[in-house]
Amino acid sequence: MRDLVPDRAGCLSVDGVGITRKGKALLDVSRLSLDGPGPTLILGPNGAGKSLLLRCLHGLIVPDQGQVRQDGAILNAEHKARQAMVFQQPVLLRRSVAANLDFVLKRQGLPRATRKIRIEELLAEGGLDGKTRQSARSLSGGEAQRLAILRALALEPETLFLDEPTSALDPSATQMIERMILRASTRGVRIVMVTHDIGQARRLAADIVMMQGGHVVEHGAAKQVLDAPESDAARRYLAGGLVT
Amino acid sequence: MQGFASEFSSAIALILNGDAELWAIVLLSLKVSIFAVLISAVIGMPVGAALAVARFPGRRMLIVLMNALMGFPPVVVGLLVYLMLSRSGPLGVLELLYTPTAMIIAQVVLVTPIVAALTRQVIEMLAEEYSEQLRSLGVSRLASVPVLLWDARLALVTALLAGFGRAIAEVGAVIIVGGNINHVTRVMTTTIALETSKGNLALALALGAILIGIAVAVNAMVSTLSLRAEREGLRHA
Repeated sequence: MRDLVPDRAGCLSVDGVGITRKGKALLDVSRLSLDGPGPTLILGPNGAGKSLLLRCLHGLIVPDQGQVRQDGAILNAEHKARQAMVFQQPVLLRRSVAANLDFVLKRQGLPRATRKIRIEELLAEGGLDGKTRQSARSLSGGEAQRLAILRALALEPETLFLDEPTSALDPSATQMIERMILRASTRGVRIVMVTHDIGQARRLAADIVMMQGGHVVEHGAAKQVLDAPESDAARRYLAGGLVT
Repeated sequence: MQGFASEFSSAIALILNGDAELWAIVLLSLKVSIFAVLISAVIGMPVGAALAVARFPGRRMLIVLMNALMGFPPVVVGLLVYLMLSRSGPLGVLELLYTPTAMIIAQVVLVTPIVAALTRQVIEMLAEEYSEQLRSLGVSRLASVPVLLWDARLALVTALLAGFGRAIAEVGAVIIVGGNINHVTRVMTTTIALETSKGNLALALALGAILIGIAVAVNAMVSTLSLRAEREGLRHA
């Protein structure tokens, strides 16, 4: 079913991207092309460069070398405006739940009445209806992350990046967030998500980017990468072996 | 001992009977300090926020200077403002010396560094937390300033109250530039100093009690707001 979703996000590609700090290559990706509808899950051990790659794709970090391209053109402000990102630790404004959503809707220039309706729709989508006036900082971990995802979706992005959004959550909160991600994907939002949870990759991914030591060691259809990995690093990681 | 007791009871009577002279002094003190804090907020908050968010050469030096100004001796501030406003000073033509305006100026000079320094601390801490998220949402560095100021509002009110506490309790600078003129520039602190030296302890004690009451109320508000700000995940660094 997911394969039938039109890919409105186009092709996001990485061309010789490198980041070096204190003589150490933290990221070195010669070529990577994300042109399927996703969800794409970036998998790998800590320090593999997953979050760095995500930040480069979103334009939060400018790499020392190489370029990130959208449909062949170097990533620019217009492209970035069609992307959104959710972080591992949700960063919520010190305002009410509704005001966090209103903040991004207002920036889109929507009139008050439209914003109100949109906020209600979004809160219902994330199961947060009834918490409209509650301080966003008083939400539980799962609720806070759901609000962060809703705020990102309020931007109506073509691509949504998620950096380990469920790493600190229990299974039921994780399940709710995975459902939100799948629903967004079904609606045509390209999902690019970092995780080191193999089970999550199996549940969500259409394709998987496997990383190790700043390199992409494998990229392919989820079933193929998870069931018949080609690289030693991917095989060891999936087998639960220590990968450094 | 009996003398002190009678001074105390006279002081309480002055407060309870609504002594016109006493309350005029209290009102002037509040007016001067509230105006001074409001002006300091208008100057200090944007300066503090800009120092927290902007990156430019000499920024670190400005922060050190601002922090140093927080501890500037009030009498020296009074002297400098006096020199500026005195007849032969650069602003002498305005004839502001020995007016409540002169006292407001002196308090602004004292309070602005406090407001600016505390604002910088609070905003810098919040900016660090919000930075990636705001950039991700397409908010520029400049456009992030009002967002940060609004979200740090509780901590910023605390900074203003701290500034007000300093202003209302200040004596050295306002006595130099205000001159302690009866019914014109006589505020609580300067009256306490004068009346004590004259032996009129009842008025001094009454004003002292009111000043302590204001200080306690301000501190209670600071504590309450700090607690709330802490609960919201934001307090002074």
